[in-house]
Amino acid sequence: MKVKKNKILIQNGITYAMVILFWAVIQLLLAGGHVSSLLKGLLVPLCIYAILAVSLNLTVGILGELSLGHAGFMCVGAFTGAFVTRCMEASLPSVGARFFLALLVGSAVAGVFGILIGIPVLRLKGDYLAIVTLAFGEIIKNLINVMFIGRDSRGFHFSIKDTLSLGLEADGEVIVKGAQGITGTPRAATFTIGILLLLLTLVIVLNLINSRTGRAIMSIRDNRIAAESIGINITKYKLMAFSISAALAGMAGVLYAHSLATLAATSANFGYNKSIMILVFVVLGGLGNIRGSVIAAIVLTALPELLRGLNDYRMLIYAIVLIAMMLFNSSPKAIELRSVVMDKIRRGQSGSAPKEV
Amino acid sequence: MSFLSYLISGISLGSIYAIIALGYTMVYGIARMLNFAHGDIIMVGGFAIFTMVSTLGMAPLVGIVTAVAVCTLLGVTIEFVAYRPLRGASSLAVLITAIGVSYLLQNLALLIFGSNARQFTSVVMVPGLALAGGRLTISGETIVTIIVCVVIMVSLTAFINKTRIGQAMLAVSEDRGAATLMGINVNKTIAITFAIGSALAAIAGALLCSTYPSLTPYTGSMPGIKAFVAAVFGGIGSIPGALLGGIILGVVENLSKAYISSQLSDAIVFSLLIVILLVRPTGILGKKINEKV
Repeated sequence: MKVKKNKILIQNGITYAMVILFWAVIQLLLAGGHVSSLLKGLLVPLCIYAILAVSLNLTVGILGELSLGHAGFMCVGAFTGAFVTRCMEASLPSVGARFFLALLVGSAVAGVFGILIGIPVLRLKGDYLAIVTLAFGEIIKNLINVMFIGRDSRGFHFSIKDTLSLGLEADGEVIVKGAQGITGTPRAATFTIGILLLLLTLVIVLNLINSRTGRAIMSIRDNRIAAESIGINITKYKLMAFSISAALAGMAGVLYAHSLATLAATSANFGYNKSIMILVFVVLGGLGNIRGSVIAAIVLTALPELLRGLNDYRMLIYAIVLIAMMLFNSSPKAIELRSVVMDKIRRGQSGSAPKEV
Repeated sequence: MSFLSYLISGISLGSIYAIIALGYTMVYGIARMLNFAHGDIIMVGGFAIFTMVSTLGMAPLVGIVTAVAVCTLLGVTIEFVAYRPLRGASSLAVLITAIGVSYLLQNLALLIFGSNARQFTSVVMVPGLALAGGRLTISGETIVTIIVCVVIMVSLTAFINKTRIGQAMLAVSEDRGAATLMGINVNKTIAITFAIGSALAAIAGALLCSTYPSLTPYTGSMPGIKAFVAAVFGGIGSIPGALLGGIILGVVENLSKAYISSQLSDAIVFSLLIVILLVRPTGILGKKINEKV
């Protein structure tokens, strides 16, 4: 048992070290002035996608439920966070403090949404669950697009029609402007904050996986009936994993909101395509493999940008690479071929191994 | 009167969803996979017609026939290259590959036709109808869409129940292993399913672009998702379910656009799906296994 524990510690240590090393290398490059402005703009998104991928891996890889609505939770977090930051402008002048508060509130609200959505959704199975999470993601995006919130001396006003129907006083201020979203969020997100949040996500997820709770969650994934028969409360653990995953996505959302001056819920940033993109990171990084998610998110986010020299062809190449990787990784024939090749290499090394067994 | 006209255009939109949903439902029933690229085949069909009719000046009928041929070929090719090697792999792997194919088609179209929306000339030559002394007009597109949908439903049901290939499809969807033992060529059956689904997608593309005449590389993705919702709604794997789901979805979407809010119509459609699935976890007609394709 102790040996196993040490092994886990080493594995987790490698993951943390990798992230810290990545941060240090980028810092060195930044100090040396070797980083192009393109890559500089990518640093915060890299952290955001890594957090999203790790948190989605908790649902898809550890809990074993396919979710296509992860961007919806990110959207909830982003708007809650930006709203908090804008509302507290007068009472809390320090940007850093407001950002911190936004992170807390944004994650908490996204987590609550995770529970609310999880209760009905987690009763379904497989592809049905996937399509319902996709539906929830789209609903959240749509609702935020018609939401108007304003504030004046009498307090908050809410409408789903337009700015005028808020009925604000002359000095009132519209904070959430429907499809135009929230403007004027301070751009407080930096690469260092992003990396710190990524480390926090890793600590939460890795410790969860290696705890009693995590083993209970994985037992549900591996065999629901067996897990239930030994007294594991299925609903409780499913909801727990789902809402933690949602809360972490919400945290990534707050980070996202603070890296932009204008936050609007479009299908490009919070649509189902975004959820699918995160799912691609998770699957290519390896289901249940947290370190893989981080690497896949960083590489695949940077890849289309680094291919910018190829201009119009970059997304095409990305698509082809994606298909080729899936075929190579998952096709039964490719797996067989790889094991044959690996066998040959091993035999070649040991030399004395028998040819046929 | 305006309610009636919204209702009729809703049924027309629903018919398009139903035709697309058929492709989803058949492929899901037989290959057990979510073909995320199905929506993009609609877009390819649209561009095939656009090229033939608007660029090369051919007759609309030639355009439609070309689109059907191109999409059928494309569907079979995609199945052969991307999905067949993954038979027996996890469903998630197939899903991600389908997403890759979807990206591929979108970006190919983006590369060839650019991102600007193209004005699509309607391929429907039928004049509209004016009823009740001109207070209710029904466009030619609406009439043709509904008729085409009915014809497709009837002939597809007949095809599946009366022909050997149709019976083979039923058998594969019921139990792939047993079907193989009975001498059914599973790979061939799945390829035929993809061919039929893609041909239907081409027809849906023609109807969709005739009704909503703006064509971009992303034209197919949202109708594709909606049609998938329609298929799940009606009970995935069931042909009458696809029709029912498609029509309900189209009508609800159009009526909520007209009477509630055009921005919230998608949210209303998706909420309906959630409510239905919570009450009937396999969709409205999901339990009738004998109607599975």
